[in-house]
Amino acid sequence: MSKIVLDPVTRIEGHLRVETEVINGKVNSAWSTSPLFRGIEPILKNRDPRDAWMITQRLCGVCTYVHSVTSVRSVENALNLTIPGNARVIRNLLMGAQFIHDHIVNFYQLHLLDWVDVVSALSADPAATVTVDRQIYSGRKRTSSFFSGVKQQLQAFAKSGQLGPFNNGYWGHPAYILTPEENLVFMANYLEALKTQMQVAHMHAIYGGKNPHPQTIIVGGITLNKDLTSARITEFKNHVTSAQNFVNMYYLPDTTYLLGRYKDYAKIGIADNLMSFGEFPQSSEEPSSFFFPRGIIFNQATSSVQPVDVGNISEHITHSWYSGSGSLNPAQGQTVPSYSGINTSGQYSWIKAPRYQGQPMEVGPLARVMVNYGKGQSATVQQVNSFLQKTGLKLADMYSTLGRTAARAIETKVIADAMASWAGQVQASSQTLTMPFRKTFTMTSSGSGLGLNEAPRGALGHWLNFSSQKITNYQMVVPSTWNFGPRDASNVPGPVEQALVDVPVADQARPLEVLRVIHSFNPCIACAVHVFDPKSKATFEVESL
Amino acid sequence: MEKDEKFEDPVEDKIDEMVTKKGVTRRDFMKFCGLMAATLGLEATYIPKIAEALVSGPRPPFIWLQFSECTGCTEAFLRSSSPFIDDLLLNKISLEYHETIMAPAGEAATKSLTDAVSKYSGKFFCVVEGSIPLAGSGNYGMIGGRTMLEIAQEVCPQAKMMISLGTCAAYGGLPAATGGLTGAECVHGALNGLNTIKMPGCPPNPVNFAALIVNYLLFSDFPKLDTLGRPTFAYGSTVHSQCQRRDTEWCLEGFGCRGPSTYHNCPTVKYNDKTSWCVQADCPCKGCAQPGFWDNGSFFNYNGSYGD
Repeated sequence: MSKIVLDPVTRIEGHLRVETEVINGKVNSAWSTSPLFRGIEPILKNRDPRDAWMITQRLCGVCTYVHSVTSVRSVENALNLTIPGNARVIRNLLMGAQFIHDHIVNFYQLHLLDWVDVVSALSADPAATVTVDRQIYSGRKRTSSFFSGVKQQLQAFAKSGQLGPFNNGYWGHPAYILTPEENLVFMANYLEALKTQMQVAHMHAIYGGKNPHPQTIIVGGITLNKDLTSARITEFKNHVTSAQNFVNMYYLPDTTYLLGRYKDYAKIGIADNLMSFGEFPQSSEEPSSFFFPRGIIFNQATSSVQPVDVGNISEHITHSWYSGSGSLNPAQGQTVPSYSGINTSGQYSWIKAPRYQGQPMEVGPLARVMVNYGKGQSATVQQVNSFLQKTGLKLADMYSTLGRTAARAIETKVIADAMASWAGQVQASSQTLTMPFRKTFTMTSSGSGLGLNEAPRGALGHWLNFSSQKITNYQMVVPSTWNFGPRDASNVPGPVEQALVDVPVADQARPLEVLRVIHSFNPCIACAVHVFDPKSKATFEVESL
Repeated sequence: MEKDEKFEDPVEDKIDEMVTKKGVTRRDFMKFCGLMAATLGLEATYIPKIAEALVSGPRPPFIWLQFSECTGCTEAFLRSSSPFIDDLLLNKISLEYHETIMAPAGEAATKSLTDAVSKYSGKFFCVVEGSIPLAGSGNYGMIGGRTMLEIAQEVCPQAKMMISLGTCAAYGGLPAATGGLTGAECVHGALNGLNTIKMPGCPPNPVNFAALIVNYLLFSDFPKLDTLGRPTFAYGSTVHSQCQRRDTEWCLEGFGCRGPSTYHNCPTVKYNDKTSWCVQADCPCKGCAQPGFWDNGSFFNYNGSYGD
């Protein structure tokens, strides 16, 4: 038996430490630790609820936007506000753009180097690389001189002796199985995606002012007015078309091909329970009009999607650095930060352990895609079936590292295609000085509200309480809290800790296989660590949906 | 033609080589050089010099540290103007340590940091993103078993140029706002007054960051700084004084816009390839580049025509 500590886990958002215990070449136990505590919730206290979105948005600059929209939803819920249709469509477009951006960056910039060996790419034959490139997607027209150029660029980089971010990678590891030509294609696409993500972010700038941290969200709707012209609407549509082209030509075929080469990952990094809050309201009827439905799958039972009742959520702190009771509803948590060092049999993380009906739930792309599939969401069903047919895999294989990575590409395709239609529904401003796409309202003195959202990384909830127009309590249960939380009061591991069990480790000094599983969850740890003011005894009634 | 004479030679060849290899067009490249000259307030005669600086010499080593942060500054950096983010990463700077981008993890990653600091001591550019938690002996933020404070104390003083990127590193930012429990401090404060160049903004503008690097490559020196340590080329005048809506009926000053009290070049440089910026998107300036902006009162004037 031996212990492997990965700290820092890189190519993620935020700070994460993962410890594994390896027996006979396989992970026997794993512990997920967040070593950073920022304490955003106490900062929210005593502020105007209408300002909260500015602060919550800064939970994360990677999954930017998601915490702002969830926050304004919690205030709108408290005030019983229905936003104008144009604001709803634009918010959906901003959210969709966030999905496309986030997923492309995860696959190419954060995850790809787990599967692709940069050093091997240096010995690729450019002519043979063209054949591989067109095998992945027949419509690609890149020539051997193009690949020769990419290879030269990488060679010049290697020769300079300044390997920068590629220095000390696990190159040459036996778990890298791609040919030099395959590696070169994917490195070319790594560089291509760097440019594409920059273009995709323009969508946020058009309807949000800038990216990261778009600024047009406001309680009651959106601020956009003078700049919401027909020219802008066309500009946005053109970006959607470009994004669709990239997904069709690169992201989806690259993912399908790569995972087809790494099929053993259909049996590694297993998922059991999945939860999605659902997203993209198509009318003011929520959640019934959601494009992605709300639902829960227990024990891989895809055909039996259950309804979600947020009253069933509890948060455990037995293994987290807080003093207080072990298992409480988000409403009643009495959490006092109390760091005591890493003790895997005691307390070892700043993340709490959320549970649904006492069970760990994985959230994110896999949860959404399987819930969509179980509920018969037609675009998802079609894309999943196509992926399974091309790779020769079965539906049950989706509950894995492979499925998680495939689901991300599949839903990007589904969302990008839907956005092409949504982008046509946006109305230009009539250019009057009164803000046209925001509902006016009377701010109440006190209230409570719940904002739910499906962020790219999964189910997200904000719980708000205020009186005298000041926040008295603000709780956030975020995707990476669900996925990367520690063991609960019954000592049951969190979803990532569970998924890491049985992962093979060929070389303990270079635990590449462990990284593959971790990155398939696309960790976002800055979001995951929160606590509210221990002195606040404010109570909060959780609404059941 | 004096300009053409300057343009003969190795530099020209290098530009050609770069253009051929990377599918970057000469026009895009020169446009980028023009943007840098404009941002730095330099005359057009500097454009070929910027081109030369960008294609010559070894790549300056960068060590990028992430402390109590949200990774928004990194994300902003990744939006560096088309077509140059891939080029910036592979050909302009040598990014020796950056946890979001680097291939290695765990001990291998820490080795990259240790090796780079020792190899380039006194020569590397250090970028810090995020503030540094000081309460509880620094235990609110750990990387690789060390506190963020310990890492900063070891690495930052060895840098040739220390850049506090974003409002958190420059002023403490959100973790240091009222109500915070972690004793977060800006880099300058946490490291006993260590001199740093401050580039605040939430997020900071990647064009200004690129211009800071170009300025160094061009003059081997820091740009002119104000008394708060901010480069004057980016933070020399208020948002309001440069705003396209100033003195028009669309001015947002009556709705809590902080443009008049915020020093930043947002209206001219804008964001995401000049696509837009807050006021253009009808959102009053929040003053995100000013010290203490999280605690300067509500972000909107709720008695204005926002209707509530």
